[in-house]
Amino acid sequence: MSENEKINSFRLDLLGVLNGVPHGIALVDRDLRLIMMNRFLEALTGYSGEEVLGLYCDYVLHSSFGRNVPVLRQAVESGVACSVEGDIIGLNRKKIPMRFTSTPVVDPNNGYQALVLVLEDITAFQEIDRQKEMGPAKGLLGHSPKMQEIFELLPILAHTDSSVLITGETGTGKDLLAEAVHQASRRGKYPFIKVNCGALPESLLESELFGHMRGAFTGAHADKHGMFQLAQGGTIFLTEIGDLPLPLQVKLLTVLDDREFFPLGSQKKVKVDVRLITGTHRDLRQLVQQGKFREDLFFRLNVLRVHLPPLRERDGDVRLLIDHFLQMFAASFGKKAKKLSAQALRLLGSYGYPGNIRELRNIIEYGVNICRGEVIEVEHLPPYLLAEAGKKPRAQGGPELREAGRNTTVAEAIPENASSWSAIEKQKILTALMQTGGSRAAAAKALGWGRTTLWRKMREYELG
Amino acid sequence: MMKIVATLQNNDIAPRFDLTTEVLIAKIVRGKISGEPRTVLLPGPGSDALCSLVIREEASLVICGGIEEAHFQYLVWKKIEVIDRVIGPAVEAIALAIVKQLRPGEIVRPTV
Repeated sequence: MSENEKINSFRLDLLGVLNGVPHGIALVDRDLRLIMMNRFLEALTGYSGEEVLGLYCDYVLHSSFGRNVPVLRQAVESGVACSVEGDIIGLNRKKIPMRFTSTPVVDPNNGYQALVLVLEDITAFQEIDRQKEMGPAKGLLGHSPKMQEIFELLPILAHTDSSVLITGETGTGKDLLAEAVHQASRRGKYPFIKVNCGALPESLLESELFGHMRGAFTGAHADKHGMFQLAQGGTIFLTEIGDLPLPLQVKLLTVLDDREFFPLGSQKKVKVDVRLITGTHRDLRQLVQQGKFREDLFFRLNVLRVHLPPLRERDGDVRLLIDHFLQMFAASFGKKAKKLSAQALRLLGSYGYPGNIRELRNIIEYGVNICRGEVIEVEHLPPYLLAEAGKKPRAQGGPELREAGRNTTVAEAIPENASSWSAIEKQKILTALMQTGGSRAAAAKALGWGRTTLWRKMREYELG
Repeated sequence: MMKIVATLQNNDIAPRFDLTTEVLIAKIVRGKISGEPRTVLLPGPGSDALCSLVIREEASLVICGGIEEAHFQYLVWKKIEVIDRVIGPAVEAIALAIVKQLRPGEIVRPTV
């Protein structure tokens, strides 16, 4: 027999094929009685294919739908494959979320109709969806209470179509939050369009947002869709909304109210279904008072407001972000850097980050690039940090940082081991107090400090 | 006297404990079903409500289809025996349970 003849005569054992598929598969008749099920499904249900032959599949699968589930009936009637999500209770008494896909098949020999029922475990997908909906958004990191509040708010923002105004200093992650809200919303599968209102002059911005017709202005050689049209069904994020020129504010207000607008040079209105999210680092209320921002538009945008805290107010997040960026950049640049030295960490911990997360990210990117070894030292960090460390201690820093603020050189500003220094100082106070029989005045004199300094330090070390 | 509660769908054991809306309650006296088993319609499906009913009825045995581990363990903790993953007519399943012939995962064939 030739190879071709062998191929042509090859007949597959259907059950053998089904047993090779890592999903539960059952062959059922038009009444959803079992004809056959594969080994995977046998393991899942705990029944053997032979013993359940002829039984209704819902009894065997312990599925969440009965045999009259419309979508399966529909597959039988229409001859078109369909799928439905539900769950089964498996052999181990665990509820397993499943996608049931039903495909009609016909036996060519006798015209007998049956359905192939594929059970796909969707636990992992549901977990991803749940995280997407409930958990921290992609790219947004933070363990601080303020960020946790934002993460808790995210699903609420996602489940509505109302306008959202995101405020916060530059570099706090307004763009990321806007995208996270979009992704978690029902509009997630449609476009997310970001427009920086401060980046373009008024005339160009109008064309960018609302589009134009050919000949609308010099250089308009062809019709062009605006960002509002491109975002159809999705979300448009207008960042730096505080920089939006007043005439465009009127047009934006009209779009928000009527959901339609005239593109530049067009006589025909365009209807749009777009959700608006805006962001700004400016105080819009103040701009309203100054007459630079329309009050009616402010109220229209300020339906749901989220304020992203600056990094200096996010307790504990600096270290988390440092580790995140370090791993990210080391992996993407193929660098050996694995950690920061204690001194470098202290320096970064004491810095105020006026540029917030964007600045921290850049600092770590710099460090990873400059460092040739595994440990990023202070000298691998941008030089301006060293200068800043001496003159700008972080407002809420610990005693070490306040000390650092007084000193002029970085080496002095960053003690070799702050915690042990505290311990030494505490011990010095205790010794002085013991030697002077508990007299604070005498102890202060012995230490060479004023009484107030001793009192302050005793409070710091909880000795009073 | 003991009581057996069987989850019911048509005349069969309901495939899911949590989706059961009807139960059959049989009184067993001296190894036999005493009187006509009682059918109780539940206001709606729900494992918690069904567990409460089982406890209220002071049943010693529950015969059901698929049941989640938490509810299974709860009933066992309440000293109620649970025979789960049973397929087939409820009355026949109860009859087998009385003579200690019903096992978890049993497929009970209807008697002709």
